[in-house]
Amino acid sequence: MTDTIALGGASQLRFRDPAKARALSAALGHVCDAIGRERISVMHVCGSHEQSIAKFGLRSILPRRLNVIMGPGCPVCVTDVPEVDEAVVLAQDGKIIATYGDMLRVPGTAGSLADVQAAGARVEVVYSAVQAVELARDTTEEVVFFASGFETTAVATAAIVLDQPPPNLTILSAHKYIPPVMEIVAEMPETRVEGFLAAGHAAAITGSAIFERFVEKHRLPVVVAGFEPLDILAGLVKLVELIRDGTPAVANMFPRCVTPEGNRNAQRQLWRVFRATGGVWRGIAHVPNGNLRLRDEFRHLDARQRFAIDLRRLWTHAPSRLTQVCICGDIMAGISSPSSCPLFGKECLPENPVGACMVSSEGTCRIWHQYGGHPDL
Amino acid sequence: MCLGVPGRVVEVKGVTAIVDFWGARRETRLDVIDEPVVPGDYILNHVGFAIRKIPAHEIGETLALYEQLLREAEAEDMMAADVRGEIEATGGPHD
Repeated sequence: MTDTIALGGASQLRFRDPAKARALSAALGHVCDAIGRERISVMHVCGSHEQSIAKFGLRSILPRRLNVIMGPGCPVCVTDVPEVDEAVVLAQDGKIIATYGDMLRVPGTAGSLADVQAAGARVEVVYSAVQAVELARDTTEEVVFFASGFETTAVATAAIVLDQPPPNLTILSAHKYIPPVMEIVAEMPETRVEGFLAAGHAAAITGSAIFERFVEKHRLPVVVAGFEPLDILAGLVKLVELIRDGTPAVANMFPRCVTPEGNRNAQRQLWRVFRATGGVWRGIAHVPNGNLRLRDEFRHLDARQRFAIDLRRLWTHAPSRLTQVCICGDIMAGISSPSSCPLFGKECLPENPVGACMVSSEGTCRIWHQYGGHPDL
Repeated sequence: MCLGVPGRVVEVKGVTAIVDFWGARRETRLDVIDEPVVPGDYILNHVGFAIRKIPAHEIGETLALYEQLLREAEAEDMMAADVRGEIEATGGPHD
């Protein structure tokens, strides 16, 4: 049974156990009052967390002084323009591009993969790396798997690399690694984040212990949380308790899915295939060790090694005026929110996105647009 | 996309398993999961790969969120779309 309770204003809270939610909400209120500061900002780094927070209207029952920000938790959104451009150029050069659906409409310098597809290039949407392999097996043409996603998804790419893929398949990796970007965001003076909510399923791979070093270095608590509304509320309670007590630590509030050591088999495959290297995350910063790229051992499968990808032909395109107004980067850094963007819901819409945050179903703007935005109570 | 989707293992064939997602039987790869699975186990599938086995006592709770999502969701709901996408990510169909 689904309970529905209306909570004033425009928002509705809908989920299975409103009584528990109210109790957690009250607990959050007590802890935040005990902290006493006017504003307590915490950040999560996961599109699925934001979907759940927005869909179930959780912000409407948070204490006024608790600000829950979505950070750089959308891998598609932080894919940098030159990475999109590489895929665009390869598609224009006649390679078949296989990619996850969310990447299709992410704007590059001169357009998106959807644009080159409309102009006749072959761009195929896949839901899995396995489908990219099947696509390559069914043709003699070159297939490039433009692979995006954080470590959880990079593991799938690693698995196909280790499984003797067909010779006409190469990987164009735009995979990103979350722990290093948390360090960058933690040090941004404007963001003033006091703690992080880490995503449950990413931590299922890496293990919760991976955050120990971060906690020690930055003296900020990290709580691993699941995706159920109650999981998120319980995670937030734990996080503000750690803030109140001034005891930065890693807490695992999703033990049904996450262990301290994580999935060792997956980690072995991930690091066998990929190395972490520095690179720009769109709108955020250069993130040391934030990009996952194929190791030299697999250079024969690396699209960047097999093909000469010359981006210069795109450089004659000036960025559009709207692109320069877009504040996607500030939103992902936690400095701003979609409602502060003059384009949000006007020039920038899911069907005609200006920034990547409106493209992906994990992007803050797209999520707020679908679920009615930030309830202003 | 990081939500994943739970399913019940029906058959194991080397590095692939046939998994039942609410009646849809699909192939899921077992390369990444870190423990053996047998028919009857529940796994969490992400982009076509089983990433973990769901402990027996957690199955009901795990399935509940997804069932609510799939039952209630309007066609354009993005969380439900992600779950459907995860089912699409598996190879299939298998009867």
